Amino acid sequence: MRYSSGDVGLDQATFSVDREEFVFLVGSTGSGKSTVMRLLIKELEPTEGRIAVAGHDLDDVTRKRVPYYRRNIGVVFQDFKLLPNRTVYDNVAYALQVTGGTRREIRAKVPDILRLTGLSTKLHNYPDQLSGGEQQRVSIARAFVNHPPLLLADEPTGNLDPETSIDIMRLLYRINRTGTTVLVATHDAAMVNKMRRRVLELSRGRIVRDEATGLYARDESTREFAQRMRSPNAPPPGLQA
Amino acid sequence: MRLGFFLKESTRAMRRNAAPSFAALATVLVTMLVLGVFIPIVQATNGAANSVRSRVMVDVYMKTGATAADDARVRNALLGVNHVKSVQFVSKQQAYAQQSKADPQAYALLSANPLPDTFHVIPDNPSNVLAVHNSLTPSGTPLDPAIQAVSNKKSDTKKILEVTNLVTITAAVLTVLLTFASVLLIANTIRLSLYARRREVEVMKLVGATDWFIRWPFVIEGTIVGALGALVAIGVLGITKVALLDPLANNWTLIAAPQTIAFPALVAVLLGAGVLVSALGSGLSLRRFLRV
Repeated sequence: MRYSSGDVGLDQATFSVDREEFVFLVGSTGSGKSTVMRLLIKELEPTEGRIAVAGHDLDDVTRKRVPYYRRNIGVVFQDFKLLPNRTVYDNVAYALQVTGGTRREIRAKVPDILRLTGLSTKLHNYPDQLSGGEQQRVSIARAFVNHPPLLLADEPTGNLDPETSIDIMRLLYRINRTGTTVLVATHDAAMVNKMRRRVLELSRGRIVRDEATGLYARDESTREFAQRMRSPNAPPPGLQA
Repeated sequence: MRLGFFLKESTRAMRRNAAPSFAALATVLVTMLVLGVFIPIVQATNGAANSVRSRVMVDVYMKTGATAADDARVRNALLGVNHVKSVQFVSKQQAYAQQSKADPQAYALLSANPLPDTFHVIPDNPSNVLAVHNSLTPSGTPLDPAIQAVSNKKSDTKKILEVTNLVTITAAVLTVLLTFASVLLIANTIRLSLYARRREVEVMKLVGATDWFIRWPFVIEGTIVGALGALVAIGVLGITKVALLDPLANNWTLIAAPQTIAFPALVAVLLGAGVLVSALGSGLSLRRFLRV
């Protein structure tokens, strides 16, 4: 993948992610993490190579079909990207309205997902009245309200303090456990080490590390997960292996 | 359900972005006011120019001894000339009556009627007056032996034609420029208010909204803003017309000139233009921000 400026975003980065996997994408700034994300939502087109999501080649998705394709993918960003002139409820509802969801459907699903993300008391607040962590929860709620099979998170904890970051990660983990494939780009090494999930490391557009899965117990409950995340003396996965 | 949703979306956007919406409305209002004043002025000017031009004609003077038979023959000959729309006959008696009324003292001194029978030859188009004049006097001598002279006001006619042409062309150019400026001004204001919301559009695209799903609320908003702006402008124009122009119209013929546009027609033009330009402006300006 090459940008029109001539800079190379990704270079022969080949990897595949299985259904229901939880994968970290790490690497320093400019290593190509965001490029992977933007390619996956077809905001960018690869100059070379092939991308397939759920067995469909992204080349076959025409410009007109892109919106419909994106409805199958939840996206979470570092800067939340909430609609500033809508309440929490309306921000989440918008994702359903876009897909032609009926009023009844919206009334049923939105409170549900907001309860899951712990925002039940903030329904009628506007984004600028929320803390960063709360805004990111809204953004996750919006991404997940359609129950997409794939959730992308680009630096979801980049703007948050460590404690809030753990909450957000816990939420993503919970979503992963419902059967959604989750791909998280981050440069928070400590977080990645504690999570003990599959790690793909990018450097200057190339994959330099693909740490195997299987280092973690598959059915850890979210509570256990959070406990382990908060304990300061969790051994890094390298030592344990 | 869909239309209701889009309507709700656009009114919400207007409420939450009151300042840019108001700016767009004010722009439409001012532009429509200027247009609303300018259109009748251009038309009155054109009307005045045309009425001057319609008075352009060729006079054919008969010899004093011309008989009724001569008059009839000349009349037919004149009507046969190219580009002649109509011919008006003024007998020497009619001419005398007219002139002596205009200047009774001078005409009281005269013992006999010195005026000839006259034909006013009116061309089909004012700009053809010189051609008519030429066909009436082929090779310098009049068409018929009974004709004494054909009026020779070539230079005056030319001047009138030139001046009225200039007035008409200037008015047309000004109209085009003003219309162009209005469209640009409104489109630019809309673009500014859209620019402030480009992030919103970006987010909508990321959630999987289709282009038209994003665009409809903006187009509806443009329609509402355009209609409101035009309506206020029409209200102001209407009040001005009733309060200021109508009382004046009795004394000042230019305003009452029949050529100016009727008020309902002007209302329709302004409303249509306001709505169309704003709606199209919103829809088209959005294209740039939809490319995510």
